Amino acid sequence: MTRLSETPGRVGTAVGLSVERVDARDKLAGKAEFTGDLHPPFMLYGAVLRSPYAHALIEHLDVRGAQDVDGVVAVLTGDDLSDIDPYYGHALRDRPVVAIGKVRFVGEPVAVVAAVTQAIADAALAAIEVSYEPLEVAASVDAALAPGAPLIHEGAVRPGLAHGLGTLPEREGNICYSYGFSRGDTASAFDTAAVVVEGEYRFPAVYQYSMETHTTIAHHRGDDIVVWSSCQHPFLVRQEISELFGLALDRVEVIVPYLGGGFGSKSYTKMEPLTVAMSRKAGRPVRILNRVDESMVTTRRHNMKCRMRTAASADGELVAREVEMWLDTGAYADNGPRVTATAGDAAPGPYRWRAMDVKAHCVYTTTSPSGSYRAFGSTHVQWIGESQVDEIARRLGLDRLEVRRANLLGRGEEVRPGAKGVDADLVGDIEKVAAAIDWGAPRAPNRGVGVSIGLLAAGAHPVSMATVRLGPDGGVTVLVGTTELGQGARTVMGQIAAEVLGLESSRVRVIGTDTAYTPYDRSTGASRSTTVAGKAVEEAALDVLDALLETAADVLEVDREQLTIGDGAVAGGGRTMSYEQLVQKRFGLAGGELIGHGRVQPRGGSGGFADGPVFWEICVAGAEVEVDTETGVVTVLRTSSVADVGRAINPQLIERQDEGGALQGIGNAMFEEMRFNDDGLLLNDTLLDYRIPSFEDVPASMACTIVENGDGPGPFGAKGCGEGVLAGLPAAIVNALADAGVAMNELPLTPERVWNQIQKQRTVEPKERT
Amino acid sequence: MSETISAIVNGRAFDGEVEANELLLDFLRDRLGLIGVRQSCEVQVCGTCTVLVDGRPVSSCCFLACDIDGKVVETIEGLVGTPFHDEISAAFVRHAAVQCGFCTPGMVLTAKALMGTTDLASEAAVRHAMAGNLCRCTGYRSILDALMEVFDAHDPTRA
Repeated sequence: MTRLSETPGRVGTAVGLSVERVDARDKLAGKAEFTGDLHPPFMLYGAVLRSPYAHALIEHLDVRGAQDVDGVVAVLTGDDLSDIDPYYGHALRDRPVVAIGKVRFVGEPVAVVAAVTQAIADAALAAIEVSYEPLEVAASVDAALAPGAPLIHEGAVRPGLAHGLGTLPEREGNICYSYGFSRGDTASAFDTAAVVVEGEYRFPAVYQYSMETHTTIAHHRGDDIVVWSSCQHPFLVRQEISELFGLALDRVEVIVPYLGGGFGSKSYTKMEPLTVAMSRKAGRPVRILNRVDESMVTTRRHNMKCRMRTAASADGELVAREVEMWLDTGAYADNGPRVTATAGDAAPGPYRWRAMDVKAHCVYTTTSPSGSYRAFGSTHVQWIGESQVDEIARRLGLDRLEVRRANLLGRGEEVRPGAKGVDADLVGDIEKVAAAIDWGAPRAPNRGVGVSIGLLAAGAHPVSMATVRLGPDGGVTVLVGTTELGQGARTVMGQIAAEVLGLESSRVRVIGTDTAYTPYDRSTGASRSTTVAGKAVEEAALDVLDALLETAADVLEVDREQLTIGDGAVAGGGRTMSYEQLVQKRFGLAGGELIGHGRVQPRGGSGGFADGPVFWEICVAGAEVEVDTETGVVTVLRTSSVADVGRAINPQLIERQDEGGALQGIGNAMFEEMRFNDDGLLLNDTLLDYRIPSFEDVPASMACTIVENGDGPGPFGAKGCGEGVLAGLPAAIVNALADAGVAMNELPLTPERVWNQIQKQRTVEPKERT
Repeated sequence: MSETISAIVNGRAFDGEVEANELLLDFLRDRLGLIGVRQSCEVQVCGTCTVLVDGRPVSSCCFLACDIDGKVVETIEGLVGTPFHDEISAAFVRHAAVQCGFCTPGMVLTAKALMGTTDLASEAAVRHAMAGNLCRCTGYRSILDALMEVFDAHDPTRA
């Protein structure tokens, strides 16, 4: 039997169509439920007492005053955790559930009050007596690496349960993890190069700002735990909670309602351990709903210092690069080691080199912890590498696009030893973003264009399961552990199942995750859902189809090969039977259902997952900017991106991903910056002074081109998208600004910073820039 | 300390007591169960808690419940089923202008307040008028397209 969906280029019942989002109507009606909308019976409200010091010993902590407040049920401190191993962290197990004897950043939880109302809980915090003995602060990478810097963590590195980084190195001072690789002879390559570009660069700390702040409700019931949480990775949360509180995995249930955005900020474990611990003490369900200032210190993007130099031959061949990076992971590692390794892997860019030397360090400081944010690692370093490629072209008098064409890796070429080769047409991708901004067209001297391209190892660990159920009325339910955080996962998963079963996607329902009955899915991140979880859904749907065809062949008395499907029915031998009739035929009465299972695993049945990464996400973008040289104000006039997705399951959702990523790229490049002072205090911890892009920051034009080469390992040749533009666009903007005459080595591109650079260039190189 | 108020919320009378320091956001969510009113920034920047008070958009995070006394309050729940909501929903769906959906009710309510005002002369004017509603998912382009479609359809000067 041939499935229509296997025919290239065909528009089927669902795949390739921009079908209506399954959640759009509920969200427009305000009916979609987020974690903060839930109220389990007898739920208490938690309020968190947070440290005012960046680094201090807790001398004295007395919570009796809060316990005596009317309406307060219980107060949690580190003393309540003496019966468990109270440290967590999926990468490094370095973080106490609540401070134990010491605080390491401003905002670290020191105690939690659970009360019958939020107001009572908030007010009771004032009745807690606590005194600190301040320790020396190291609020930046430079301070943490200086000779004699205070040691932020004592004791040996303990690996977390999902670090995935092989053998972890010993901690060196405040460096909790280092990553690097070296190939070829960089020294001689630099000695013989015609041109060398080098510099020191800084990338700011950035807040992901999902509009729904981290929200968790937990009920520790003695023998089991139920957690409702705004989390992207419910199965990893389950694992950490199980480990921390000593209960079997099947005694921990994590339920995920809709998420109000994530962007990485809700990946891995965040507020869940604290909330479970509070519930354990109180004996009732407890909710902790962060304020924005609390979410800002729950996780953020790493700020980074980087030194890079790149060498090229006289004809523009890129020959060697040396790079060393220091990423500020704050007081706890969170996903810092992975971010650091990814930044290291992104440092070469998608080019052929004779020699390469990369060192990346993940550094503890006494600031709030850093973790994942969309396109992490790549966003950090791509703008640096790509600005050096541009500078090389400028010095050699070559076209910047031409230099890239000559050096870009071709399809199948090795990116790094042991990894999957290039699985996309990189030259084709960058030519598209360049064409979209009229590369080569004449423009005013204060305007410039830039492009950039990079590779992001996507897909994370490819383990996903799915179940597809075909009910007795012919309706389909998909159980898959991918979290709907706004990207449209439920819509796309439904489309995949619908396509396989030849149904309109409106016949398929995808329900949210409850780890008690949703099959395992590793995580929602790294652009993996469509590719990995989607593949599992496809296989589960095929499993159902197989059972349907078996029944149909039997009932219709024809060979399976003669059957065709469509419109929710199987036809063969001149007769047609609906799915409804087939299910009923199989089970006799009106009940019963067909259940299909699908799974993706490394080196599993689907060959595309044998090598890592699952796929290379292409981080490619173009930008045109205008700079006002009197004020330093930079305006992004237009942007372009390519979503190289293999096969577009839902083209409209892909465009929306790129548009959303582009605006985040504009925020990251142009004005977003968490500013810590030397005492480790976050100075802009509200949206009044931490600005994110608004309607007024939308460029006049945002062009997204979808490329479908059918070269992904996911369903129907699909691969993921949505992160690449965030890594690509800041680099394109920096390059466009340099093209307009202002070369920057620090983000964001605030008017003040740009204006200062303009003045500096006028002093240093008056002739070159006129 | 509490105050007695009398207000119309989504067409239904509320007569009762509210705490003097009770925020409209908490009153609507926790007392009336109107979960379409969302909490985020709490400093009147993000717009996700927007509701209409006598037709004007306010940030319910920075508005006292007692100040709705004698007034008419509309939340997204009150708009559902109205021709405006049907029309703007269709436009949002057509443009896939909903992602996580956390900002969506606030966007729709601000748009409702703008309808029939003089603030819609151009896309630039709409961008400015909507700048108090943030969205982190969509990049705004699709929302802007959906809004312009609805606004244009109701603007007799732009047939």
